Amino acid sequence: MPAAILLIAFTHYPTVATVIDSLFSKATAIRPSRFVGLLNYQRMLDDPIFWKVLANNAWFALGTIPTSIALAIVMALFVNRAIPGRSLVRMAYFTPTVLPMIAVANIWLFFYTPDIGLIDQIAGWFGFSGHNWLGDPNTVLPAIMVMTVWKEAGFFMIFYLAAMQNIPPELEEASRLEGASRWYYFRRVMFPLLMPTTLFVLVNAVLNSFKLVDHLFVLTKGGPDNASNLLLYYIFETAFSYFETHFAAALTMVLLVILGVMALLQFFVLDKRVHYR
Amino acid sequence: MFKGIKWLCVGVMATAFLIAAVTAGSATELTMYYPVAVGGPLTTVVDGIVDDFMKQNPDVKVKAIYAGNYNDARIKALAALKSGQPAQLSVMFSIDIYELIEQDAIVAFDDVVETAEEKAWLDSFYPTLMENGRTAGKTWGIPFQRSTIVMYYNKDTFRAAGLDPELPPTTWDELVAMGKKLTKPDGSQWGAMIPSTGYPYWMFGALAMQNGQELMNSNGDTTYFDDPAVVGALQFWKDLGEKHRIMPKGTIEWGTLRQNFLEGKTAIMWHSTGNLTAVKDNAKFDFGVAMLPASKRRGTPTGGGNFYIFKKTNPAERKAAVRLIKFMTNPENAAEWSMKTGYMGVSPAAYETQKLKDYVKAFPYAAVARDQLQHATAELSTYQTGRVRKGLDDAIQAALTGSKTPEAALKEAQSQADRLLKQYR
Amino acid sequence: MNPSRSLSQMIHSFLETGAAWLLAVLWVSPLVYAFWAAFHPGEYAVNFDLLAPLTLDNFREALSQAPFPRYALNTFILVSTILVAQLVLCTLAAYAFARYRFRGHRIAFALVLVQLMITPEILIVENYSTLARFSLVDTILGIGLPYMASAFGIFLLRQAFKSTPKELEEAARLEGCGSMGVLWRVYVPLARPTYLAYALVSISHHWNNFLWPLIVTNSVETRPLTVGLGIFGAPESGVNWSVISAATLLSVAPLLVAFLLFQRQFVQSFMYAGIK
Repeated sequence: MPAAILLIAFTHYPTVATVIDSLFSKATAIRPSRFVGLLNYQRMLDDPIFWKVLANNAWFALGTIPTSIALAIVMALFVNRAIPGRSLVRMAYFTPTVLPMIAVANIWLFFYTPDIGLIDQIAGWFGFSGHNWLGDPNTVLPAIMVMTVWKEAGFFMIFYLAAMQNIPPELEEASRLEGASRWYYFRRVMFPLLMPTTLFVLVNAVLNSFKLVDHLFVLTKGGPDNASNLLLYYIFETAFSYFETHFAAALTMVLLVILGVMALLQFFVLDKRVHYR
Repeated sequence: MFKGIKWLCVGVMATAFLIAAVTAGSATELTMYYPVAVGGPLTTVVDGIVDDFMKQNPDVKVKAIYAGNYNDARIKALAALKSGQPAQLSVMFSIDIYELIEQDAIVAFDDVVETAEEKAWLDSFYPTLMENGRTAGKTWGIPFQRSTIVMYYNKDTFRAAGLDPELPPTTWDELVAMGKKLTKPDGSQWGAMIPSTGYPYWMFGALAMQNGQELMNSNGDTTYFDDPAVVGALQFWKDLGEKHRIMPKGTIEWGTLRQNFLEGKTAIMWHSTGNLTAVKDNAKFDFGVAMLPASKRRGTPTGGGNFYIFKKTNPAERKAAVRLIKFMTNPENAAEWSMKTGYMGVSPAAYETQKLKDYVKAFPYAAVARDQLQHATAELSTYQTGRVRKGLDDAIQAALTGSKTPEAALKEAQSQADRLLKQYR
Repeated sequence: MNPSRSLSQMIHSFLETGAAWLLAVLWVSPLVYAFWAAFHPGEYAVNFDLLAPLTLDNFREALSQAPFPRYALNTFILVSTILVAQLVLCTLAAYAFARYRFRGHRIAFALVLVQLMITPEILIVENYSTLARFSLVDTILGIGLPYMASAFGIFLLRQAFKSTPKELEEAARLEGCGSMGVLWRVYVPLARPTYLAYALVSISHHWNNFLWPLIVTNSVETRPLTVGLGIFGAPESGVNWSVISAATLLSVAPLLVAFLLFQRQFVQSFMYAGIK
């Protein structure tokens, strides 16, 4: 079956090859590659940049996922009721999802540029002086997170919207007749019903936070001093700038392990969803 | 299964070679990658010169591919090499030389040129520009889009601050003193900006040399990052932002700096001379160009791209490639290229052509980069150059953003470089 | 219901609508800014003036500096090649998983699902060397190949096929259809909403993909829009903002227009794909 061959060629075979490659040394014209056991992993553990990008990625995930999920729920609540111009609003929320990351990063670069960028200009009207958003290691990662939340919230909103439309409207009426506040209804009735969706979105969000690095090419290249470098971008740099394929393979292994854990969770979640349906 | 794949590959490659051999008989086809790292429509300029070449040499077909920035160009060219659809020549970073030699990717020009005239051609360029193209007694790279760092300044802001617009700073002390006058307290205008993303090590090479120490030796196997003069240079850079407050704190973006300068947000910027024409065309104010100021001495690294010829080529292709390179770097074209971009004319002869002479007469700043060559040195270039450079870049940014002291950051970069380079000494 | 309550409700819903709109405006503002910068001369890119003259020069400039029509063609070829291959391959695979009980089908399906997690972009290093071995680097086929057998597509279609009533299949078989005929006459037509949903998700994903095409492509003939834009707008080239904005709009325009025209289908498709 052709699907199977392609899957094996581009998913399973490379996974295995990564394991093998990570055990060899860098090949140059002068020194051929040789088996070095766990040396690449040893080097990885000694590599401060590796730990830095891993920590960055954790912060990146922690910073973007809860915010974008919360925003997604709020957005879904907004457009799930009959407000004027509902479909326009919904479209506005969803638009970032269909735009390429690389294109929106270009636009956001103009926002963040010190002094002449849009954010600093607006801040200037209120008397604040310019800030070097992408040049300050303390603000560069948050700046990137804001953009990521902007990009992703609308996408997650869709899933919540779908789930909310499956909730029978009688439930809300019933709770209103009981005199329950809307917040109470949301907290005790709606949110639990949305739980499977939340889990599903969560898994996807974690996945995205590890594989979405397109914006780094435009915005920061991982700088300053790796303050915004993420794991996959570091893998790219290692493999395609330094040509250290084997070290990159070791780094990829870390990513694979993380995703493997997520995969287990995903199966668990998917199973649950099937019962739920 | 793997055996099958192997044979399939052999088959494919054999066919490819056959096709290559057949086509080579009729006209020589050359694929060339080139990068662009500064503003302006340089791609059309390159395409124009290449078209002229093909008109004069109908037996050679050239495909010139714009491959992004220097890093992209190197990645693309090397990747193409590995994938069996290689380019024959490429413009790449002059400092990629050791990496390319180690990958066994390029041939020395000495092994390609034959006639005495061609050998003399190798010596026709500015010797300083050849420093990054020569090692182990051979010439590997021919200078093409070469630059130095120059100081652009906004004369209007000089006048407004009560400074003489014809006397830009010539020393670090003057830079600080004038910078203070040029900086407005409300943050709407800075005294100076030196970019610290993109190519921080390059700007730093200038500061270190001005402070009396070059960054590496000529064998590409030793760096001097933790030398006191080098540490002092980084301290000075950091002080510009933190102590003297004439530059924004943190890192300054290479790509948007020109826009900042053109918008009048900074009175002085250090940037590649390759931006000259773009600044000239877009500045709405009176601007000047000057050599970089001195601490112990003046100094700047050269920068930019060289032509390389790849090893995976047949003699006919190599010959054609040399012809193309000779054409693109001949005095007339070098002059044209310099006028359209701001890059340097790569040979003294280029500045002897009538059109460049006229141009310099009307626009004297076009010659600043050339005049600065006497103070210039090679750009940071070593074995394992990607890692070594990244180490220095990170150190510079760490110091500028305040997460490490200049001394600690550079010590770390030096010990990392030592570890990487030990095996080449 | 007493009147005070309904008044507070009105204020409530007014505030809520306001908040919803505010968020919406915030959300489209980057795009609006891009339009602003693209249609005005360069000096207005950072200075706002309602009376600034409109111009199309930025688009002309962008088009003259990089072959965007060629990039667009490449993207179009890429996206449609991937989609066609995906539809064929995933249909066959999903059919097999939905209707045949072959030995080890559970393990096989689990192996397919692995790809939901380990997407091709994560294995860039190894996939690149695989492509290089087959001389497929710098071909549009090379960009598309790793994505053609899509676990997501197989999964979606399998769900759809499974929910098709068995009786219909039996009826078709009585009329003399082979298994391919059944698939073509019964399953595929009934799964049409799934196909539409999957197609839209796939198109927008591959239109926007960047990292993998960046690695694989070397030349103008294969570079898709995203990569073309990426190297065109790379900050070190210092191209001016207005031109970059124009180029950005050029490269998102086809998808954006399609989205605006068919936004209902888009949203519903993503929803549909999401529920499954």
